[in-house]
Amino acid sequence: MTMTTTRDIYVPEFLAGDEFGIPTFRMLTQEGTLFEGAEPPSLDRDAARAIYRAMIATRVLDERMLAAQRQGRLSFYMQCTGEEAAVIGATAALDDADMIMAQYREQGSLVYRGFGFDEFMNQLFGNELDYGKGRQMPIHYGSRKLHYMTISSPLATQIPQAAGYAYGQKLAGEGRCTITFFGEGAASEGDFHAALNMAAVHEAPVIFFCRNNGYAISTPTVEQFAADGVAPRALGYRMHVIRVDGNDILAVHRATQEARRIAVEHNKPVLIEAMTYRLAAHSSSDDPSGYRSRKEEEAWQEKDPILRMQRWMTAQDWWSDDEEKTLQEQLRREVLEAMKRAEKRPPPSLDTLVTDVYAEVTPALQQQLDTLKAHIRRYPEAYPKGARFLDPELSRVDANDEGES
Amino acid sequence: MPTMNLLQAINNALDIAMSEDEKVLCFGEDVGGFGGVFRATSHLQERYGRARCFNTPLVEQGIVGFANGLASQGSVPVAEIQFADYIFPAFDQIVNETAKFRHRSGDLFNVGGLTIRAPYGGGISGGLYHSQSPEAYFTHTPGLKVVVPRNPYEAKGLLLAAIRDPDPVIFFEPKRLYRAATGEVPEEDYQLPLGEAEVTKEGSDITLVGWGAQMEVIDKAVAMAEKEGISCEVIDLRTLLPWDAETVAESLFKTGRLVVTHEAPLTGGFAGEVAATLQERCFLYLEAPVLRVTGLDTPFPLTLEKEYLPDHLKVYEAIRDSVNY
Repeated sequence: MTMTTTRDIYVPEFLAGDEFGIPTFRMLTQEGTLFEGAEPPSLDRDAARAIYRAMIATRVLDERMLAAQRQGRLSFYMQCTGEEAAVIGATAALDDADMIMAQYREQGSLVYRGFGFDEFMNQLFGNELDYGKGRQMPIHYGSRKLHYMTISSPLATQIPQAAGYAYGQKLAGEGRCTITFFGEGAASEGDFHAALNMAAVHEAPVIFFCRNNGYAISTPTVEQFAADGVAPRALGYRMHVIRVDGNDILAVHRATQEARRIAVEHNKPVLIEAMTYRLAAHSSSDDPSGYRSRKEEEAWQEKDPILRMQRWMTAQDWWSDDEEKTLQEQLRREVLEAMKRAEKRPPPSLDTLVTDVYAEVTPALQQQLDTLKAHIRRYPEAYPKGARFLDPELSRVDANDEGES
Repeated sequence: MPTMNLLQAINNALDIAMSEDEKVLCFGEDVGGFGGVFRATSHLQERYGRARCFNTPLVEQGIVGFANGLASQGSVPVAEIQFADYIFPAFDQIVNETAKFRHRSGDLFNVGGLTIRAPYGGGISGGLYHSQSPEAYFTHTPGLKVVVPRNPYEAKGLLLAAIRDPDPVIFFEPKRLYRAATGEVPEEDYQLPLGEAEVTKEGSDITLVGWGAQMEVIDKAVAMAEKEGISCEVIDLRTLLPWDAETVAESLFKTGRLVVTHEAPLTGGFAGEVAATLQERCFLYLEAPVLRVTGLDTPFPLTLEKEYLPDHLKVYEAIRDSVNY
């Protein structure tokens, strides 16, 4: 049985794929005015200010934490810089109880949903208050209360998971959907194909949100795919698709609102490809000067999504230079204070090595932990983080912090 | 008590799980209206609807990825991989995602509801890709549970336990026994414990350890040995991860001799783990080296399957070698 409908031809005729030109949806010019023909934006003053604040907070957090990594205070960091409008614009178009399954460059979503700087810092420093108990590398955030699935490093694995999560939401009948973010590099993984096909066949209310930022580490998109980006692939799965200017907050927000409506009201998956640019290095372990030009970076700095939104906000009289200055100073201070608090916090207890592997610690794991503790008792100086839980005297943290641990 | 074959027992367990909890879903390739290529999911779509029992596209990494998502959402997916030989495309989802979901999130999220069923093992002229026993790839992965039943009664009780277990379980079904093994199976709901081995026969001279379809082979070998007056104790591990070393050690304190047998290749096979653990725990009690009777370190053959398999004669010879050491 096939659902294919086709006309017959009697001489060979090949299609090459370049027929499918996918347009780019845009609303806001770089000067902060609406394009002619664009509908008035649906964002009101308060909603726009909340988004703008989250974008600035994300930028400030990223700048400060990259600096902290450079100072050796943090082992690793990844910035969202240049992609704040794509990530936060999409998040703001969702219901706060919709599930977000991200890749790793979407901290803006968490900022928008109210993840506090202290919560960020606890994860980045892997201290005892980290929800992930210090097990994962920095930026692998998760929040159950904010419906933000814990990040994992393997690329694209969350994409079919998002399809499954959304299918469960459909069965539960609560009118929720799932959005999954991923880069254009991750879209080359087999899991991307598996996810889109399964979501289309089983009608899962999921939004596949691709951040096409031009690079997967050093690999430019011309070496990632031969097609016109990621968007045309949706047609092969018979899926709704839109390409949007990812540096245009209004267009991203509007497109995601509509995608959510299609997903939740019709139980159809949607693919959004947001065209943007990774302004920062891939990570704190990467130096992009080896593979792309300063001129190219400068051209994109002029298209900064924050600058574009700021101009629009100022033109509406919804934002002023004074407010900008006050907000920036306040956020910098808050980030710095949160970082100092998190740095001083002790690591998670030694027992967290073996908890949560299974719902209950197995007898074999308990035995391995007991053996380890006996060993650390013999060589406490060699294992200072673990030893502090064997003997409080060996703690490297001052007594004031003990009470809260 | 009704008599069921192994497939009927599995089908019965799935039926009970789905009728009792509407969050239980069964899916995989050909699992829906057709009821699976082995018919393990027969009639489930009729009874519980297409939303809860359905065919997936032919993509193993998608099946397990989708199942991981469903389980993290609070559903109870029972995903089928058509043959254990084809579980490898989903290896990344299972090892990097399923197994680490709870730990890496600090227990904010988990996929404890997930069960992955897959027919495994040789003896059906399945050649390279319809015969493999991949359990040892998964027993090396903290966070997973790996369960293998040996007969219909065990299959139903262990599968119901696996579906309700708070941790993700890979459930390998011995397909050679799907129709060959029959036995009395209670119609009502019951569970058998995970993580516990079972002494299926008591003895005093030697301990034999295996799981799944290999238990039948062990029983045949033991019958031969006992005719010669060798008293054999037989242990079915049932769960390979986390496995029950205590029960085997208890047995070894008594017998002092151990043969471990599985169909999978020798090198890196789970018998290695059993042998190393038991020599560590029972060193002073051992009267002979621990012997392993396994498949060869080759891909699984087609024409020479009978020669390749660790059959009852090879196990019988190992028993004699151990006793005569």
